[in-house]
Amino acid sequence: MYFRYLGRELRRRARSASVVAIGLALGVGLVITVTAAASGVKTAQSQVLHSLYGVGTDITVTKTATPGSGGPFRFGGSPPTRSQQGQTFSRDRLASAGGLTTLNSADVTAISKLNGVAGASGTLNLTSIHVTGTFGDGPTGPGGTSGSGSASPFNVSTFTVDGVDAHNPGLGPLSASNITAGTSAVAKWFDRVPKDSSSSDQLLALVDSSYAKQNSLKAGSTVVIAGATFKVLGVVSLSPEASSADVYVPLSEAQKLASDTSKVNTIYVKADSSSDISRVQAEIQQLMPKVTVTTAQDLANQVSGSLSTAASLADSLGIWLAAAVLLAAFVLAALLTTASVNRRVREFGTLKAMGWHSRRIVGQVLGESVVQGVVGGALGIGLGVLGAFLVTKIAPTLKATVGATGLGSGAPSAFGSGRGGFGGGPGSAGGATRRSFAHTFAPNSHTVTLHLTAPLNLEILGLAVALAIAGGVIAGILGGWRAARLQPAEALRRVE
Amino acid sequence: MYELKKLSRVYPKGRGKVTALKDVNLVIQDGEFITVQGPTGHGKTTLLLLLGALDKPSSGSLVFDGQDLGTLPESRLVDVRAQNFGFVFQNYNLMPTLTAAENVEAALVPLHMPTPQRRSRSVAALAEVGLADRLSHFPAELSGGEQQRVAIARALVKEPKVILADEPTGNLDEVTSAEIVALMERLWKERGMTLVVVTHDTQVARRAPRTALINGGSLTLRVNRKKVAQGRPAPPEAVEVVEN
Repeated sequence: MYFRYLGRELRRRARSASVVAIGLALGVGLVITVTAAASGVKTAQSQVLHSLYGVGTDITVTKTATPGSGGPFRFGGSPPTRSQQGQTFSRDRLASAGGLTTLNSADVTAISKLNGVAGASGTLNLTSIHVTGTFGDGPTGPGGTSGSGSASPFNVSTFTVDGVDAHNPGLGPLSASNITAGTSAVAKWFDRVPKDSSSSDQLLALVDSSYAKQNSLKAGSTVVIAGATFKVLGVVSLSPEASSADVYVPLSEAQKLASDTSKVNTIYVKADSSSDISRVQAEIQQLMPKVTVTTAQDLANQVSGSLSTAASLADSLGIWLAAAVLLAAFVLAALLTTASVNRRVREFGTLKAMGWHSRRIVGQVLGESVVQGVVGGALGIGLGVLGAFLVTKIAPTLKATVGATGLGSGAPSAFGSGRGGFGGGPGSAGGATRRSFAHTFAPNSHTVTLHLTAPLNLEILGLAVALAIAGGVIAGILGGWRAARLQPAEALRRVE
Repeated sequence: MYELKKLSRVYPKGRGKVTALKDVNLVIQDGEFITVQGPTGHGKTTLLLLLGALDKPSSGSLVFDGQDLGTLPESRLVDVRAQNFGFVFQNYNLMPTLTAAENVEAALVPLHMPTPQRRSRSVAALAEVGLADRLSHFPAELSGGEQQRVAIARALVKEPKVILADEPTGNLDEVTSAEIVALMERLWKERGMTLVVVTHDTQVARRAPRTALINGGSLTLRVNRKKVAQGRPAPPEAVEVVEN
């Protein structure tokens, strides 16, 4: 009787029931879409943070070069003599990457001894610049070996090299969670390199898959860095969001190549626990006042660009919009249910006259509302899935920028701030190289391009169903309360 | 069965009050057929609602089978209604979404009867009012007379002590009205239940041994001597006796 009565009653007022169900469906669909989009934005944010921050690393310590401190770019060596004019030349140069100045290896030890620090590892991020060309006959530019006035072209190729502390596999760019392919090669590298500092294993390198593909490198190949030949132990791929280098070599070798055996330029620090991070950050800052100590939270605060806008939009407007629509759906459901009860006064009065308890009548009204809520929830899930699909399909590509400093503001030591060096020359290499440098030397103004997705999960769908049923229950309770309060005499008299 | 003493019902209306019933004294015997007659708005339906435990008196006492209905809580009154009273309304008050059989069955829901028993009793009740072939029809598919028969079956199905009918022929034509009254009268005689019928219709009113005349909230009784002679005792409150 209960379900027959319920089903027939809903069919009788199908239009009103449909309006309630559709209202709830719209609200629920919007909640699903917005929640999924927000989840996608959060995922994108975490990808961005991941790319700018070593996984397993809580704090990074760097030291930014003071503007203009780097001076002009020099290859070294003497200016060309008249006899060299017309001859070809080849120069290699390694420079500290990222507009960073170097830190002392002793700082790594000092940091690792601080309270709350689980581990610290130094990395030397370098950029290898290989220049070949022909000595021209014009005057040399202010940058030394230049050819700025010469018609002789330079061929410049650059790649990045990370000197990785082989004794600390859990920290730094080659930490396990960053690796998507080549895990065994990385494990082998961390196994072989630390064993004997004098062995040939010190000249083992890992190369990034993109760089390997570009240069036809594979395990067993060799790669030359500033004149030193390294044997490629394997090819690795880092997760897209990770900040990868082209070649990874042991830190000690990188230091030798950079002619500075006690220097690093990034220190990765892992805290004992997340609650220690702020304290450790303060301690490091106290220990080394001139360095930049960055935590994940700092990076999160620096995230800007369209991703940040999308995050704000999802967090504020989206959530509020969904809440407003859902609230409107709830109010609509409650009003329509109450109106329905008002139209059924005679019916409920008659049932009470027959001896039906108020709770049975409330249960009937509540049941009808819950069914509307469930139908609304089911429709809402459909709408939400469609909405999430559309977001994934048509959402614009988002960009996130962290700590934008721009070229020149934190001028790298070797290249200066646009003074001399490659600038000024009419040669084709100048402009292209400058762009290349901008990319290479401003990783702190890191921009990550992401496609926004709206992932759905059971939690979101469960939340949606719960919201729809809650809407039905709220409407049913209000309507049922109205029905329960009806005095049978009053209800029957109203018919007269 | 019923004993009403100085029963009054006053309703608030705006800033004032309306006295629907005033100091009504009435005794209704077990198994009696009594009609209630009077002008519109003079308290007939109020009396019926009080007798059916659907309303409470403002003052005085209303005793039904030894229980003062005026003092019982609503939770108890619900059970009293479920077990003792069957209602028949002028507008039939059938559930439009339920079939004839389901409408009748709905009256048995509060009695917590097993479903098969509910169904068989509903079918039997409808057969008794001549609607055995209309079990699956919805109210909209039935004539006014048939709908009222369903309503009567619904009132009868739980075998109540009292049937309370409010203008049961008010929406019916003369022929159908006569059929409905005849049906109710037959069932009253066969089942020996108490029957209280509120009506405008003097012809209907005079079919009962006694008629309660309500005017301005006050009640007087009229005794139909012929009907009394058929075996019904004339209660002591009778103030008017008619030969009919």
